[in-house]
Amino acid sequence: MYRTALGNVRAHKGRLLMTMLAVLLGTAFVAGTLIFSDTIGQSVKDSVSDSSSRTSVQVTDTAVSTDTDSGAGQNTGVRSPLTESTVRRIAALPGTRSARGTVAGFAGLSDPHGDLIGSRGNTRGANWVPATGGPDPEYPMAQGTGPTSAGMIAIDQRTASDNGFRIGDTVRAAVNGPVLEMTVTGIFTTDDPQVRAGGSLVLFDTATAQRLYLEPGQYDSIQVVATPGTSQNELRGEILPVVPHSRNITVKTGARLDADTAAKARSGMSGMRNVLLAFAGIALFVGVFLIANTFTMLIAQRTRELALLRAIGASRRQITTSVLLEALLVGAGASAAGLVTGIGIGAALQGLMGSMGSQVSTSTLVVSPTTVLVTLLTGTTVTALAALLPGLRASRVAPVAAMRGIDTPATRRSLVVRNSIGVALAGVGLALVLWGAARGGSAGNLLVVGGAVSTLVGVFVLTPALARPAIALVGPLCTRLFGISGTLARQNAARNPRRTAATASALTVGITLISALTVLGASVTHAIDKQVTQNMRADYAVSALLSLPVAPTLLPEIARTPGVAAYSALDDQHLRAGGKDLPVTGVDAESFDQLIVPNMVDGSTAALGRGQILVDENHAADDGWTVGSTVPVTYPDGSRGRLTVGGVYQNSEVLGSVLMSRSVLSPHTTAPFYSTVLVKGATGATASLQQALKDSTGDNPLVNVRTKQQMRDHFSSQINLLLDAMYALLALSVVIAALGVVNTLAMAVLERKREIGMLRAVGLSRVAVRRMVRLESVLIASFGAALGIAIGSFLAWAGVRLLSSAMTGLTTVLPYAQLAAYIAGAALVGLLAALWPARRAARLNVLDSIRTD
Amino acid sequence: MTRDSLTAAASAVGLSKIYGEGGTHVTALDNLGVEFLRGQFTAIMGPSGSGKSTLMHCMAGLEPVTAGSARIGDTELGGLDDKRLTTMRRDRIGFVFQSFNLLATLTALENITLPMAIAGRKPDQAWLDRVVAAVGLADRLGHRPSQLSGGQQQRVACARALASRPEIIFADEPTGNLDSRSGAQILSFLRDCVRDLGQTVVMVTHDPIAASYADRVVFLADGRIVDDLRAPTADSVLDRMRRLDAVARTS
Repeated sequence: MYRTALGNVRAHKGRLLMTMLAVLLGTAFVAGTLIFSDTIGQSVKDSVSDSSSRTSVQVTDTAVSTDTDSGAGQNTGVRSPLTESTVRRIAALPGTRSARGTVAGFAGLSDPHGDLIGSRGNTRGANWVPATGGPDPEYPMAQGTGPTSAGMIAIDQRTASDNGFRIGDTVRAAVNGPVLEMTVTGIFTTDDPQVRAGGSLVLFDTATAQRLYLEPGQYDSIQVVATPGTSQNELRGEILPVVPHSRNITVKTGARLDADTAAKARSGMSGMRNVLLAFAGIALFVGVFLIANTFTMLIAQRTRELALLRAIGASRRQITTSVLLEALLVGAGASAAGLVTGIGIGAALQGLMGSMGSQVSTSTLVVSPTTVLVTLLTGTTVTALAALLPGLRASRVAPVAAMRGIDTPATRRSLVVRNSIGVALAGVGLALVLWGAARGGSAGNLLVVGGAVSTLVGVFVLTPALARPAIALVGPLCTRLFGISGTLARQNAARNPRRTAATASALTVGITLISALTVLGASVTHAIDKQVTQNMRADYAVSALLSLPVAPTLLPEIARTPGVAAYSALDDQHLRAGGKDLPVTGVDAESFDQLIVPNMVDGSTAALGRGQILVDENHAADDGWTVGSTVPVTYPDGSRGRLTVGGVYQNSEVLGSVLMSRSVLSPHTTAPFYSTVLVKGATGATASLQQALKDSTGDNPLVNVRTKQQMRDHFSSQINLLLDAMYALLALSVVIAALGVVNTLAMAVLERKREIGMLRAVGLSRVAVRRMVRLESVLIASFGAALGIAIGSFLAWAGVRLLSSAMTGLTTVLPYAQLAAYIAGAALVGLLAALWPARRAARLNVLDSIRTD
Repeated sequence: MTRDSLTAAASAVGLSKIYGEGGTHVTALDNLGVEFLRGQFTAIMGPSGSGKSTLMHCMAGLEPVTAGSARIGDTELGGLDDKRLTTMRRDRIGFVFQSFNLLATLTALENITLPMAIAGRKPDQAWLDRVVAAVGLADRLGHRPSQLSGGQQQRVACARALASRPEIIFADEPTGNLDSRSGAQILSFLRDCVRDLGQTVVMVTHDPIAASYADRVVFLADGRIVDDLRAPTADSVLDRMRRLDAVARTS
C-alpha cells in the first residue's frame, strides 16, 4: 500500500501542487511567526541583560516612573519621593560603589523639517549624571560634552547622524508644554535597550530633567552598583532601611529586574504571537477545504483503479490507509517546505525591522526544536485530517465499478441528509440569535453567541444546496452577457454542488471575517460619530500625542488666547468606590454646558455646580445608583469623601463614565492628568482660532488642536488602523482560497477534457472555451464572497447587539459600497485564479481530447 | 437544394499525413485522392490502421495535413488558422462521434441547438421541428443525457449534427457503442436525412452491415483508396473486404 501511495503522489504531483502550496503557505505562516517571535524575544533578552548587568540594585518610584506598567497617571495613594538625600544615603552605604539618581520620560524631538522624530513613543529623554568632575560612564560622549545647564542637550549617535544634528546646532525639543529650543553640546553612544530597538534618546542636565519630568530635586529611580564582594541581595538588604517606606517605592536586585523585563517581553511577545498564530490557524482551516476537495477529486478520477484494487482483494481499510498515506506524504513534504519558507519569512521580517532602524537584526535567527516540531506536525496532521473523509469515501467504492464503463457517471449521493442537518442547525441558530437579541442582558448575549455559531455551521453545511439557486439567480445575466460561454459556465458551476461549495467555502471563511470586521468597524465609527456630534458642543479639543497629559502650564495660555469663549480641562483621575476602581473625569462646572451635552436620562447637568456627580447608565445599573444615591469614595491622595449622584446620562465614548466638578476633585489629587482641554470659540470654529490655539500652546509638535471633524477622524483612524492590520493578516486565507479555485478548475478541466474537445469539434472557439472556464471561476468566487458577506454581516449584527448595551447609539451600519467592492474583488480573484486553467482548457488538442481510450 | 448535387461537398487531392519524424515515422495517408459528392451517403471502410479515421479527421479540419489539399466545398482547409477552422466546423460541418457526444449539463434540445448557440444564431424552427421529428425525440427534448438510453443519446447527437444544416456530416463509428437495433435506427436515420433532406454524410465504420446503408463505400488500405463500391449490400461489402484481406496476406 505504501508503494501505491508513493506512486500516486508521484503520478499526480501536478494535481497535488496546489494542495502542497496551501499547506506550505499555512505552515510557513506558523513557522515564520514562531521564529520571528522567538528571535525578538531572544534579542530583547540579550539587550536587557547587556545593559542592566551593571546595575546591582534599582530603587524605583513606581508612582512616577514611566518604566513600569503601574506608573504613569495612576497616582493613587500618598507618594514618597526619591530625593537627592536618598541618593546620598545610598551612596554612603558600605556595599555601594556608586549610586546614580535618574529621571526619564518622553521627549519629542523635531527633525530639521519640523516633524516629530519617531512616531511610536520611543523617543525618550533622561538626565546626564556626570561622575564627580568627569563624564557619565553610562553615556560615553563620542563628540562634545554632556549637558550641564538648561538649554543644553545631548543626542544619541544614531539619531544625530540620521537627522544630521551636529554639535552647536539648535534643536527643538518638546516634553510637555511649550517647545524648548536647545543647543546640542554632545553626541553620545549608548547600549540602552530602547535605543537598540530603534528609539532615540536625548540627555538633559539633571535639574532640567527633574523640572521637565518630575519635581525639582526628585528622581524616579536610583541605580546602585555594589562594591566587589557584595552580592546583590546583601546590597538590597543594606538599601531597604534607608529608602522611604511607601507603597510606591520598590527595591529590586539586578537579577530580579532582568527576570521581570524578560517576563514582560515574553508576555508581550506571546500576545502578538498568539494573534498571529490564530490567523495562521484560519489560513490552515481554509486550506482544509482545498485539501479535502483535491483528494475527493483525485479519488473520483481513480474510481476504476480503486475498484480494481478492491476487486483483486484489497480491503476497505487498505484503500483508506493508502489515501491517508498519500496525504501524509504530501503533508510532510509541504510542511518541510513550509518550514524552510517560514525561516525565510523570519529572516525577511528581521531584515525589515533592521531597515526600520531596529537592531533586532544583529542577533541570530532562533529556530527552536519546538518550532520545527510544531510546524511539521501541524502541516502533516491538517493534511491527513482533511483527507480522512475522502479516504473513507474511497473505501466505499464498489469492486463492480471496475467493470463499468468509464462514462458511467458516479451515482450522486443525495444531499437530503446534509440539507436537513444544515437547515436544523441554521434554524436553531437563527432562533437563538433572535431570542437572545430580544431578551438582552448577559443571558441574551450567550444566546446570541451560541446562535451565531450554530447559524454559521449550518450555512456551511447548507452551501451545496445554496449553490444551485444562487447560481441560477445570476444565470440569465450570464447567458445574456456572454452567450453560450455564459450558459455552459453556469451549468458547470452548478453541476457538482459539493465541489462548488467546498471551493467557494474556502473563500467564504475569509470574506466572512473580513466583512464582519468591516460592518462592525463601520457601525462603531458611525456610533462614535453620532456621539461626537451629539455630545460635543466644543469647537476644539487640545490634547497631547501618545496618551500624554496636557501640561497644566498650558491652561492659562489657552484661557488667554483671543477668541476663546469657554474652556475646560478634562482631568482623568481614579477614585476607589466600594473596593473597585472608579475612573472619573473632572470638568469645569461653569463652562460645562457650553462644551458638553450629555444625553441626560435622569437629573440635570446643573448638579455638577452643586458638587454632585453625573454617572453613565452602565455604572448606574452596575452599582444600583440613582439620582440622590450617596457614594462613599477614596480620593487619589487617600482622603475619603461622600459624593451624591445628581444625574444619569447615556453611555458615551467621548465623555467617560463619571463626571464631577474639578473644584471638588482637584484638592484631593496628587497631580492633575489633563487628557484633553475642550475649547469653545466666541464665533464658533474658525481657522484663525485654531491657529491661535496652536500658537498659544507653543507650537509644540506633541500637542494637537483638533476640530470636531478631526476628533471623529481620530477615532475612526484608530479603528481603521486595527482593521487594516487584520485585513492584511486575513489576506493569506484569501490567497489560499484562490489556490483552491485554481486547483478545482484545473482538475475540472482535466475531467471534462472530452467534453471540451467535443465543444471545440462542434465549433466553440478557443476564446469561448477560455471565457467559459473563467466565468465558472468568477461565478464560484462571487458565490463564496456573497455568502461570506451575508454571514459576516449577520455576525456583525449579532456583535452589535452584544455591544449595544455598552455603547450608546450603536446600530448596524452596512457600508454597501465596501461590501460590493469585496464581491468585485472576489470576482477578480476568481478571474485571476482561472487564468492558468482556462489557458490549459483552450489549448487542449481536440483529437486527443475526444479520443476514447 | 440550391447547389448542384453532383459537385463535391469535400475533396482530397494528393493528401498525405505522416506521424512522427525520421526513422520512426508512420505514413497514415499516402498521396490519397477522393471526392465526397453532395447529397450522397458515403462509408469509409478498411482494416484497423488503414487510415480511415485519419482521413476523416483531416477532411473535417481536426488534424493538419502533411502534404496535399483537403477542401470543404471550395475552401482549402490547409490555408485556415485555428479561428477559421473553428468557425468552419461550427457552420459548415456536423459531427457524430462514437461516444461521449453530449454535454451532460444540457438538455436534449439544448444539446441539439448547441452549434447555433455557439454561433449566437437562432435555430431555424421549421427545420429543427423536422429534424426532431425525424429522430423521433419530440417527447424527450427536456431530458438530460443521463436520462436517455445509449441509442437515444446517439440520435440526439445526430440531430445536433443536422440542426445547423451543415454542408457535410462526418460520423465516426456512430454505431460502435450501440446494440444492433439501436444501431439500425441510427443508420436508417442517416440514410433518410440524405435521401429526404438532401444532406451529405461521410461515415467511418468497420461494420459491413452499417456500410450497406450507404450509397457508396470507399475502401482504404495503407493510407490509400484501394476500392470504391456503388450501391453496396452487406454481402458485396463483405466480399470486397475478404478480397482485400487476401491481397494483404499475399503481398
